[in-house]
Amino acid sequence: MKTAIALEDVSKKYNGVVALKGASFAVSKGEVFGIVGPSGAGKSTILRIMDLLEAPTKGRLLIDGQYVAQTDARAETVRRNIGMVLQKPVVLNRSVANNLGYSLMIRGWDEHRIAEVVDAELKRLGLHGRRRTNARNLSGGEMQRLCFARATVHAPSMLLLDEFAANLDPANVSLLENQVQEYMREDGNRTVVIVTHNMFQAKRMCTRIALIWDGEIVEIADRKKFFENPEDARTAAFVSGESVY
Amino acid sequence: MVSTGNELLDVTLLSLYVSGMATILGSAIGIPLGALIGLKEFGGKGAVKTLTYTLYGFPPVLSGLVVYYMFSRAGPLGDLGILFTPTAMIIAETFLVIPLVTGITITSVVEVDRSIKDTVKALGASPSQSIITVMREAWVGLVMACMIGFGRVIAEVGAAYLVGGNIDGETRVLTTAIMLETRMGHFEWAMSLGIVLLSVALMVFLFLRLLQEREML
Ligand SMILES: Nc1ncnc2c1ncn2[C@@H]1O[C@H](COP(=O)(O)OP(=O)(O)OP(=O)(O)O)[C@@H](O)[C@H]1O
Ligand SMILES: [Mg+2]
Repeated sequence: MKTAIALEDVSKKYNGVVALKGASFAVSKGEVFGIVGPSGAGKSTILRIMDLLEAPTKGRLLIDGQYVAQTDARAETVRRNIGMVLQKPVVLNRSVANNLGYSLMIRGWDEHRIAEVVDAELKRLGLHGRRRTNARNLSGGEMQRLCFARATVHAPSMLLLDEFAANLDPANVSLLENQVQEYMREDGNRTVVIVTHNMFQAKRMCTRIALIWDGEIVEIADRKKFFENPEDARTAAFVSGESVY
Repeated sequence: MVSTGNELLDVTLLSLYVSGMATILGSAIGIPLGALIGLKEFGGKGAVKTLTYTLYGFPPVLSGLVVYYMFSRAGPLGDLGILFTPTAMIIAETFLVIPLVTGITITSVVEVDRSIKDTVKALGASPSQSIITVMREAWVGLVMACMIGFGRVIAEVGAAYLVGGNIDGETRVLTTAIMLETRMGHFEWAMSLGIVLLSVALMVFLFLRLLQEREML
């Protein structure tokens, strides 16, 4: 399968603090790639670098066959083709409908089409009744659903999801997981990268999984191998839910 | 002397007009300027910010003096003949509004949480779309900037007096009228004008406050 996104020896330091050490891996089109690891291991850092929100201190990023850096003129176009859900769900100070429509508005869609798409999407997410309230008044879980929809409504060719279903009740977790699966079914050339601390979610959703530990990629394996027969002792400990600190 | 109801109305309206126009012009310049300074990365940014904040203390009478010189007969723009007109007053007052509005805008947009800025970027906004969105998130601060700008000029007397000249029926505003009445010993009149000034200021602030609290949808 064709490579959707690849990191080549990517490192990241924040004011001298090392968050990521020489990560290299490629994610193919059609894959749901999982990144798991303990808190502070560097999972969000990887995802933020993939979305060009953070520039690597060292190393390169390849997207759709082309090297791209945050400062490139192309960066904006590349980012527009990616849907990213950040770890912290943030809504804008405007109505639920306008939060969702924001992604389409900035892409220059016309008002009528935005209204149609937003309406349909809100119904799907069970937020239609709240479309006219200011999104800041939503509950945490409702916000999370809204943020997910806002990142996916423009049908990007790649999704980067950072703990996209954390803190949700089981019904809403499966609602969003089903949406991801549907997103993948709609087009075989799409790609999803999921950061999660939830082993069960990784097991349910991912085709391949990477374990990151203290800024280093410890192991990358297909789902079955990752869970049943991992190479690294840390992976074995992690998937069995042993203390990892 | 401001002795009739009509004159009082004229003086009050002129005060509102001059301060209002200066606030609008000053904000139209200061808000975009502050947003750019606050959100764009460029060399010397720290120095520009410091300069802006320092200009908060710019003395009104000095702004009056500069504008007076520019538009005086000997000055470079003397031919325009606008000295001692409300236009000259508006220009002098605008210079007092700009640093305040710029500075408060800088602070407001910088204070918008990084997670909001990241989210906007991640959703695919272009740099200019990001700036506009962040400005909207900073709405409360931006209205505050206008309030403080208006508060400064409605209460100001030095520049208004210098470039306006306190001409009866032409450039007399509430503050300069109060000064005149006080000097002439008409304390009660001066006090009444003071109450009008206070009421006008309070009303404008109330309006801006409502605008500030308006729910965003
Ligand atoms: N902007 C920043 N400035 C300084 N240090 C940072 C910054 N962002 C992350 N770090 C540090 O980099 C390391 C990796 O952070 P990262 O957010 O990638 O971890 P994570 O694996 O996503 O953790 P979690 O599961 O808790 O979300 C951490 O030690 C963190 O404190
Ligand atoms: Mg994280």
